[in-house]
Amino acid sequence: MREMQRDLTIIGGGPAGLAAAIKAWKLGIESITLIDESERLGGVLPQCIHTGFGLHYFGEDLTGPEFAARLIGRLKETDVEVLGGAYAAEINVKPDSFKEVYGYRYGEAFKIKSKAIIYAAGCRERTRFEAGILGERPSGVYTAGEAQTLMDIYGILPGKEIVIVGSGDVGLIMARRFALEGAKVKGVIEIMPYPGGLIRNIVQCLEDFGIPLYLSHAVAEVKGSRRVESVKVMKVDGNLKPIGPGFEIKCDAVILAVGLRPRIELLARAGALIDDATGGPIVNDWLETSIPGVFAAGNVLVVNDLVDYAAEQGERAAESAFKLISEGDLTRSGAKPLIRGRNVRLIVPQLVSCLQDVVFYGRVSAPEENVAIRFEEIGKIFRLPAVRPPEMFRVKVPASDLLRLRCEKLTVNVMRLEA
Amino acid sequence: MRREPIRVAIIGAGIIGASISRVLSMFEDFEVILVEKEADVGWGVSKANTGIIHAGYDDEPELYPLRAKLCVRGNEIWRKWADELDIPVRWCGSLALAFNEDEVNILKTLLSRGLRNGVSGLKIVEAEDIKALEPNASRDAVAALWAPTAGQISPWDAVIALVENSVANGVKLYLSTEVKGIRIKDGKILGLETNRGFLRADWVINASGIYADKIAEMVGIRGYRIRPRKGEYIIFDKEAEPKVTRVLFPTPTPISKGVVVTTTVDGNLMIGPSAEDLNEDLREERSNTKSGLDYVWASASKLVDRLPSKSMIIRFFAGLRPEPTGGDFIVRGYDEVYGFIDAAGMRSPGLTAAPAVAHMVSEILRSLIDRELKRKDSWNPYRKRMIRFSELTHSERSALISKDPRYGRIVCVDEMVTEMEVIEAIKRGATTIDGIKFRTRACMGKCQGSSCMHKIALILSRELGIPLWRVSVKGPGTEIGIGDIKVLFEEGDQCGRCRET
Repeated sequence: MREMQRDLTIIGGGPAGLAAAIKAWKLGIESITLIDESERLGGVLPQCIHTGFGLHYFGEDLTGPEFAARLIGRLKETDVEVLGGAYAAEINVKPDSFKEVYGYRYGEAFKIKSKAIIYAAGCRERTRFEAGILGERPSGVYTAGEAQTLMDIYGILPGKEIVIVGSGDVGLIMARRFALEGAKVKGVIEIMPYPGGLIRNIVQCLEDFGIPLYLSHAVAEVKGSRRVESVKVMKVDGNLKPIGPGFEIKCDAVILAVGLRPRIELLARAGALIDDATGGPIVNDWLETSIPGVFAAGNVLVVNDLVDYAAEQGERAAESAFKLISEGDLTRSGAKPLIRGRNVRLIVPQLVSCLQDVVFYGRVSAPEENVAIRFEEIGKIFRLPAVRPPEMFRVKVPASDLLRLRCEKLTVNVMRLEA
Repeated sequence: MRREPIRVAIIGAGIIGASISRVLSMFEDFEVILVEKEADVGWGVSKANTGIIHAGYDDEPELYPLRAKLCVRGNEIWRKWADELDIPVRWCGSLALAFNEDEVNILKTLLSRGLRNGVSGLKIVEAEDIKALEPNASRDAVAALWAPTAGQISPWDAVIALVENSVANGVKLYLSTEVKGIRIKDGKILGLETNRGFLRADWVINASGIYADKIAEMVGIRGYRIRPRKGEYIIFDKEAEPKVTRVLFPTPTPISKGVVVTTTVDGNLMIGPSAEDLNEDLREERSNTKSGLDYVWASASKLVDRLPSKSMIIRFFAGLRPEPTGGDFIVRGYDEVYGFIDAAGMRSPGLTAAPAVAHMVSEILRSLIDRELKRKDSWNPYRKRMIRFSELTHSERSALISKDPRYGRIVCVDEMVTEMEVIEAIKRGATTIDGIKFRTRACMGKCQGSSCMHKIALILSRELGIPLWRVSVKGPGTEIGIGDIKVLFEEGDQCGRCRET
């Protein structure tokens, strides 16, 4: 077994992990190893051949491969060691506060002992079973990312008569992607009464291609014993319960874009506490999990809608790791929990020390217009013209405001403002 | 002098056909061919059931003499077979729970029936003993029938093992070979007409599961029908708690053993099956329904104090059990058609009974051909299962990687399956994604294949020398793609907006 000792180990070479590695190197952390499951860095970006990446982080609208290539280019200018095709099997926290990562790659088993870990393993897609789609279980049912891998990494077409389930950005982009190849996209089925993706994607991916969007509809059943032959679609009521007889749409592929789940298994097994709302680890304002010295960033922390946020979190985690490594400790005492108040579905970080500026990422439960995000106990308000569940809000609360917190909690509410 | 071998064709490479082929492979007298319509073995009734080796108290010997006799005998033989063939099995015992006096009385009937059937170790236990045996058993249970000889097996691993061992002992396996007719001349069987041509055979053994009556009809036997009974199941993630250590049954009803709570040999909590009798024509109907899954959930909830959260469900599925006319197994030859033997109607406890059914078929065959059988000197009873990287320690894994670097490449993240295991599965006969899945557990984790299916497809494509898109999930018609990304353009087969209207 190859044994290594490092200051920092980064698990995951997607945007969060890459940004973390570059930042950590720039700050002066000397020995850094980044491991990634794939032989190719960039995470899911290389297959995202549409634009919409980098407006915040690079100040330019880039494609996924372009965004990844820029980060990879910057990484190449560092001495960060990259282990590709490497699988992290176990994280082990030693009493001396070193962390061991056991893993495997082609030709070797390895153990990396390090002072800090940044965990940026991303997320996985929810399956039809998790989405409760009943019926038969033929071939031809793909998750959106899986279909995207087949098409844009390996160059094969999954089907020619397509039904997309879920109108989040992933679903919308895949609808257009199939249409571009001449496939017939028969519809995008969305269970909620409003679309799950950005308005610009509704226009550019569906309307421009004449693809119907069925709001308040659900795929109740998949039909076909070997290959999918059709789906049964039902209208749903306000409680998302199917109503009416429904109708069938013939298709040879069903593409599921029914949500993402942080890949926390390794962290959870190592003992990290998990937030039911985000599905990711509970972190403090250092983006540190409940395991001291283990930080989380990107979609494993919270499913982001912008790659820019994932990269930003990676940088933040790198700053924290640098402080921990160079100063030997972080100020964690007095961390206070965030309380999710009115119309707040999730918020990250979940704990704040009130000693430094904090960027909060959150999501609402229901769409609302003319609102304010209010941090109750410190009276801090951010006005927003509208909030929608598919669109994350990001607000930065300065330390000077947080210092005013006198209670043991900080409540976040979405308030409706008078017109 | 060497006698001419008798050519035996077994239709169906499920648990019954595979068990029969193993037993017949012991004898020099037979040349065995095992014929399967699917692209792999065990993909019919065998892959979608509860995987329980029953103790044998359920079946009334007066009503169902074969079930009663062959279940108990099969249970005994499985101990030896699982050992010889390295099949994952857990002899965990089962508890049938009673929640009121009436049910306790039924348990008493089952106890005495079990004793008559020859089941050992059976006893009725009280509430506190139930908790000692199974901490998660419902606190409302007042008594239970404890059957220590019951076990849990992986049914598809069992079929794969039996077929591998059969083939090692000379059996010829014909996959993707569907029987279309049986050629008979002057009342004597000549062989099988299949989609891949004629296969000569002196004897035909019908182990075709859900289609057994259709095969029997081909030789003019119309004495029974097979009715599909659908059972739906729910599987939880390996990490879902609480699991159970014993198989938990409700008190059975005359038609069904009811919904079970059990932990598979791979460590997934599983609940099911429902029992829905389908129309005879619906032999491919394996859909999951709200009513079926709700029934499974509600029934399972009664057996335990707590089920894991529904968010821990990773898969649901359904299987068909072949319910024969009369309810008992049909294991017999026929005077009308010399050369045809039925091993049909293998509803529960068919999996348990399979080894005993196989020995019975062998005995029927011996008596009908009326000759002493000669055992092969070279017959090998043993088979080793594949290495499971995930079940090893770090140092064992490290040693394996030193032997072959491909053990270091993980292709299925959830189940920690390596490239080398996939290659080994291909060497052992897998040609499809499902073939890999059932041999390695790749795609059986949380992501259900969505993140690793393409990696397995790449290996299959490379090892089998076929284009990536042609790699199939379960044989022809289930390919992972319809062609190259530009196929619609190249074939002028556009169905989207590029077609002129």
